[in-house]
Amino acid sequence: MKGSKLMALLSNFVVLGSYSGLAISSKYNLPEPQTPIAQEIYDQHIMALWICLVIFIGVFGVMGYSIVKHRKSVGYKAANFHHSTIVELIWTVIPVLILIAISWPATKTIIAMKDTSEADITIKATGYQWMWGYDYIQGEGEGISFYSQLATSQDQIRNQAPKGENYLLEVDNRVVVPTGKKIRVLMTANDVIHAWWVPALGVKQDAIPGFIRDAWFKVEKPGIYRGQCAELCGKEHGFMPVVVEVMEQEKYSRWVVERQKAASAAVVNTALVKNGASKN
Amino acid sequence: MAVIQDVHGHTHDHPTGIMRWLTTTNHKDIGTLYLCFSLAMLFVGGFLAMGIRAELFMPGIQILEPEVFNSFTTLHGLIMVFGAVMPAWVGFANWQIPLMIGAPDMAFARLNNWSFWLLPIAALLLITSFFVPGGAAAGGWTFYPPLSTQGGMGTDMMLFAVHVFGMSSIMGSINIITTILNMRAPGMTLMKMPMFVWSWLITAYLLVLVMPVLAGAVTMVLTDRNFGTSFFNAAGGGDPVMFQHIFWFFGHPEVYIMILPAFGVVSEVITTFSRKPLFGYTSMVYAIAAIALLSCFVWAHHMFTVGMPVTGQLFFMYATMLIAVPTGVKVFNWTATMWRGSLTFETPMLFSIGFIVLFVIGGFSGVVCAIVPIDVQVQDTYYVIAHFHYVLVSGALFALFSGAYYWLPKWTGHMYNETLGKWHFWLSMIFFNVAFFVQHFLGLAGMPRRIPDYALQFADFNMISSIGAFGFGLTQLLFVYIVVKCVRGGEKAKDKTWEGAHTLEWTHLPSPAPYHSFETPPVVK
Repeated sequence: MKGSKLMALLSNFVVLGSYSGLAISSKYNLPEPQTPIAQEIYDQHIMALWICLVIFIGVFGVMGYSIVKHRKSVGYKAANFHHSTIVELIWTVIPVLILIAISWPATKTIIAMKDTSEADITIKATGYQWMWGYDYIQGEGEGISFYSQLATSQDQIRNQAPKGENYLLEVDNRVVVPTGKKIRVLMTANDVIHAWWVPALGVKQDAIPGFIRDAWFKVEKPGIYRGQCAELCGKEHGFMPVVVEVMEQEKYSRWVVERQKAASAAVVNTALVKNGASKN
Repeated sequence: MAVIQDVHGHTHDHPTGIMRWLTTTNHKDIGTLYLCFSLAMLFVGGFLAMGIRAELFMPGIQILEPEVFNSFTTLHGLIMVFGAVMPAWVGFANWQIPLMIGAPDMAFARLNNWSFWLLPIAALLLITSFFVPGGAAAGGWTFYPPLSTQGGMGTDMMLFAVHVFGMSSIMGSINIITTILNMRAPGMTLMKMPMFVWSWLITAYLLVLVMPVLAGAVTMVLTDRNFGTSFFNAAGGGDPVMFQHIFWFFGHPEVYIMILPAFGVVSEVITTFSRKPLFGYTSMVYAIAAIALLSCFVWAHHMFTVGMPVTGQLFFMYATMLIAVPTGVKVFNWTATMWRGSLTFETPMLFSIGFIVLFVIGGFSGVVCAIVPIDVQVQDTYYVIAHFHYVLVSGALFALFSGAYYWLPKWTGHMYNETLGKWHFWLSMIFFNVAFFVQHFLGLAGMPRRIPDYALQFADFNMISSIGAFGFGLTQLLFVYIVVKCVRGGEKAKDKTWEGAHTLEWTHLPSPAPYHSFETPPVVK
């Protein structure tokens, strides 16, 4: 049982590289990328893995040969060389070149990640101990505001009920955004530092009390993308997921109308209640 | 104390029993104290790790409540870093530096005693903090504010303990620097020093540079918590991100403080068991110095997701990647040292080779983490946990084991049990990889670190990892057994235990090394 699992693990690791570009969902690798940035990250990670693998085989091939052939037990006599400026120069320069090759695409991605200008919709995500608050502050849906809390029941966490499919990764109110639009997320926090992270979108950004940070994403494929708080924020740190639902434009517009209707109804209700209270 | 002139070490009026250890100023006694203390702390920290892995064995909350779980991860980190690895290296320094440079003792003998005896006080503060109201600190070993301003009294005890650990380290380092610079045997120029001594000289400078910075950060958190200051409180005009900059200015060199002496030990061991001089001695020295220097300019790579300007991210990415170059030089030089040597594979050599292989994997994942876009995905996930356990457990800890087996015959005068030593190596090697290799996958697939419970898709790997961790933990009991057995008796060790050994402790001293050694310095040609 354990043996077969290990074998499966090993073979999966070996074929990992062939998935480059195909980017299938795998529990051995980053989730299937849904944004151009996440795709670039995915590809750069695969490239880095290949480079590491080649160097690893090179270095430990040499060391392995030495371990097999140059042992005292087979009567091998030790040589006495102890330096070679040329060789040392070569293995200083080559790594530098490899690093430049790796950092070039990374640099371009960093610059793209940081470009949060000209967003279609801006949403503010506020970290609380322990939930997220969302305010749509610009673009279609402006004015929508809600909290998003873990929807998994305590019974499941306490092992008193069977665990559901999206155990710990489900919330009462999802962040809803349309496809094909540039969404800018502003992150901040109310109490301690949190981090807003959705792996498939390639976004992770700390939410810091008293400061505002931002990040952006643009998704073409409708779907539900799940992530978690990624900065230790106290005892419920493991229980404040982030769930983003990406919808087609028309569906999103309908969602906005519904939300706004519900919101204005709520405002009217509060006003009525207040009125009633003041009359009494 | 020996007031009487102790001619040739024959007049012994040392106190005996507990007073011998409380008042000792002998570098060997103090080295032993350090090593025993750190071994004890390894098991305390290990116990906490077992608790963490037991909770993570299956999804759901079973053993540890989330708050206690956070205390476990926090104290596991602090105890392993400040209680186990760092004191262990100072223990090696105490035993080995005087022996390897031909000095009679450390430069400041009484300071040496004091820097050790601070440690049990700090450790006691940490451990007892579990039992105070509110429990132990639970904000992570990095104690980021504002979270660390929230904890109870346990957090203050932890902060104070870090202060005390820091004081001990600073004193220890000053002692080491002075000893190395002033007490070398005639003829031993700097560029003739053994690599272990070189690595500690540079480490000690790093410690003196960054420990006071940590002390500053700790002090500010303490006053924020207790005296109403707002250094790290945005509402009071402070900046929580500033804490992270200050902390990691200490924290990054700190990881090199834990690994540079390992480079030293591995260089000694590989050379000895290859029966060949170290390849590229000069470039090894420069590589260590370059790593130490670079390590002071890369701290913000721990903060890529905190948010900083593009130029900041680029600078810290390039600088971090650059560290791979001198580190690569070291690995290539070790390989070249083994190349066409006459290799034998006693336990110290096995641990050193294991160190190189696994440390390189940790180095690779380090380069991956250095690439900002990838780090955005893996930061604060199990990928990072895997990365730093590859460099700290199969890095620092394996090198400590390697050094312990290498020098045990010199310290005790007895051979350890070679068969059991090899068992210890192979079991450690296998269980370590079972425990930590799968954590790379967990991190990539999206499991955040420091969570007591996880989504169902992470269940398989967590179970595998826990099984590996339990195996690894149990295996270390074997080490204790081997060491105790070796101290108690065993085959008599030769003065020059290892055929290829070449440093002064092997060529000039009997095994075990006498209580006072090198009262007349040897002459190094």
